[in-house]
Amino acid sequence: MATTRSELPDAQGRFGDFGGRFVPETLMPALEELAAAYVAARDDRAFQAELASLLKTFAGRPTPLYHAMRLTEHAGGAQIYLKREDMAHTGAHKINNALGQALLAKRMGKRRIVAETGAGMHGVAAATVCAMLGMECVVYMGTEDMRRQEPNVYRMRILGAEVRPVTAGARTLKEAVSETIRDWVTNVADTHYIIGSVVGPHPYPMMVRDFQTVIGREAREQMLEATGALPGYAVACVGGGSNSIGLFVPFFDDQDVRLIGVEAGGEGIETGRHAASIGGGRVGVLHGSKSYVIQSDDGQILDTHSISAGLDYPGVGPEHAWLKERGRAEYVSVNDPEALAAFKLLSELEGIIPALESAHAIAYVVDTLAPGLSAEQTVLVCLSGRGDKDMGTVMEEDAKGMEADEAAEAR
Amino acid sequence: MTKRLDTAFQRMRDAKQTGIVPYVTVGFPASVEDTLAIVPAIEAAGAVAVELGVPYSDPLADGPTIQAASYRAVQAGVNARTCIDVVARLREAGVELPLLFMGYYNPILSYGIDAYARDCADAGLDGMIVVDLPPEESGPMRDALGRRELALISLLAPTSSDERIEMGTRGAAGFVYCVSVTGVTGARRELAKGLPAFVGRVRARTDLPIAVGFGVSERRHVEAIGKYADAAAVGSALIDVIDSAPPSERAARAGAFVAALAGARR
Repeated sequence: MATTRSELPDAQGRFGDFGGRFVPETLMPALEELAAAYVAARDDRAFQAELASLLKTFAGRPTPLYHAMRLTEHAGGAQIYLKREDMAHTGAHKINNALGQALLAKRMGKRRIVAETGAGMHGVAAATVCAMLGMECVVYMGTEDMRRQEPNVYRMRILGAEVRPVTAGARTLKEAVSETIRDWVTNVADTHYIIGSVVGPHPYPMMVRDFQTVIGREAREQMLEATGALPGYAVACVGGGSNSIGLFVPFFDDQDVRLIGVEAGGEGIETGRHAASIGGGRVGVLHGSKSYVIQSDDGQILDTHSISAGLDYPGVGPEHAWLKERGRAEYVSVNDPEALAAFKLLSELEGIIPALESAHAIAYVVDTLAPGLSAEQTVLVCLSGRGDKDMGTVMEEDAKGMEADEAAEAR
Repeated sequence: MTKRLDTAFQRMRDAKQTGIVPYVTVGFPASVEDTLAIVPAIEAAGAVAVELGVPYSDPLADGPTIQAASYRAVQAGVNARTCIDVVARLREAGVELPLLFMGYYNPILSYGIDAYARDCADAGLDGMIVVDLPPEESGPMRDALGRRELALISLLAPTSSDERIEMGTRGAAGFVYCVSVTGVTGARRELAKGLPAFVGRVRARTDLPIAVGFGVSERRHVEAIGKYADAAAVGSALIDVIDSAPPSERAARAGAFVAALAGARR
């Protein structure tokens, strides 16, 4: 049994009882090959140097740390610092992982990339690195998400990717992942699947984590530089959980830093219309790994709901399940209206339009966490992406709100 | 019980026939009454065993036909308990055919592995294929089923290395299921070119009967498979036959299709 976090996952890809490889036999050899290739690349200085160079010159890293003074003043408590992943190329942290995996695929001699996308940010990141590296790219996206995130569909097409609509089930991220896995099962000889989050079978949760910890490593140094101390809290939104794992893991051994993941409460966990896998799910197996899953009493995976397409997923990475079980990280949830309010608040107070995903983390900090703390305390929040893609959704919500107001006035 | 499977396959071998293992999703197309009528018809048509599909919301290894069948059954409320009840009712009705479940792991995990093995055995099931449970993860399931003399059928794929074929056939029971294609389920016109070589690699490592599935839809496929394997599994093509039949003729059409695949003279 591994005793320190750095030994995880074990050779079977397990984080304690979570993780593993629950996939059809057809994919097992590909996962073994991928794990071996990844470990070799991870330990190869030339690979790491190439990745570091592209993260700097192509993706724009390091991303800044920003002291949000007006937001701090508004919340009336702890000092709020934002890790500006929205300023990375393509507008979200997703590029960190897409770059790493695409370089790995190239090294493995795979010329075709498949990816799933929910909000479209991972799909855009995958399409972007494929254009840069001259690789073929196919992105699967639920038709409901294509409607919600239309600008990103065009971005992917302009970048030369083929966007394939998925019409099964609720037509969101879960179905897109399933369809991408089916493509990979069929074309595994020449195709690499760039999964966008710390989910899926081993080695994905480990590999995606490693590519995303650049967020926390940078932020830890930047906090020390800006404040002379580590933050009291590190907060990030959790869908599949890649930006949060990337932020949390470098602080794992700093026991005084409290780690808080914010899940999507949708219309409220009690309504059943939510996407909070830890807060409202139970342990199961989805898309190749064991973790918390939103499921029926019969073990059928349920449709989820969140205003944010990127969090609209019924599972969460196995390492989060392990962090939760060990009590090292806490998980809370924020509902749609609070996330929407935080989206507007950050835009108005700081001139930063956050992704609706990231707005969940902002909402928790501004509404709940910071006001209860003193001005000497610090909260680090991962602003995982920018909100330009969400204009359609926010306009729709505002229109609904105005109709409701007019109806109320008419009565 | 594994014994029922062993006997059925031995009978096929003795008769120098290629067995047919039809697949039907439980509760498809309209209700469990369809399944209760279709399975006896399949038995009468000469199938060697039947796979009963346990519906699941996210069937990763299935193509559009079985995805749709599974989705409809889930929507109709068919769950693991329903499927176990169907097995018990088929046995009560006198079905002697080996009955297998084919499904995914999460509904089993949710039911409880031991309780599932116990209830399946009590109902009269003979074994199961759990599509997303490779040998590395199958320990608890294999133990629970073994205690009840139920077979956990090993799945092997064209991508499986010789080492993985060793792992999959070691301790296997009933028969070994070879996935004919690198891909998902669904009727295809032609069998994969590398199939005989792949099955040959498996044959060299086990004396158990070998069934070949995924993509099988015609008698000529069965004849080709019969040259190097013991049985052919047929799913999507049969689902299509059942789906396009008038309600009163579903069982008869399913039986006729299986009989034709088995090479029965009309």
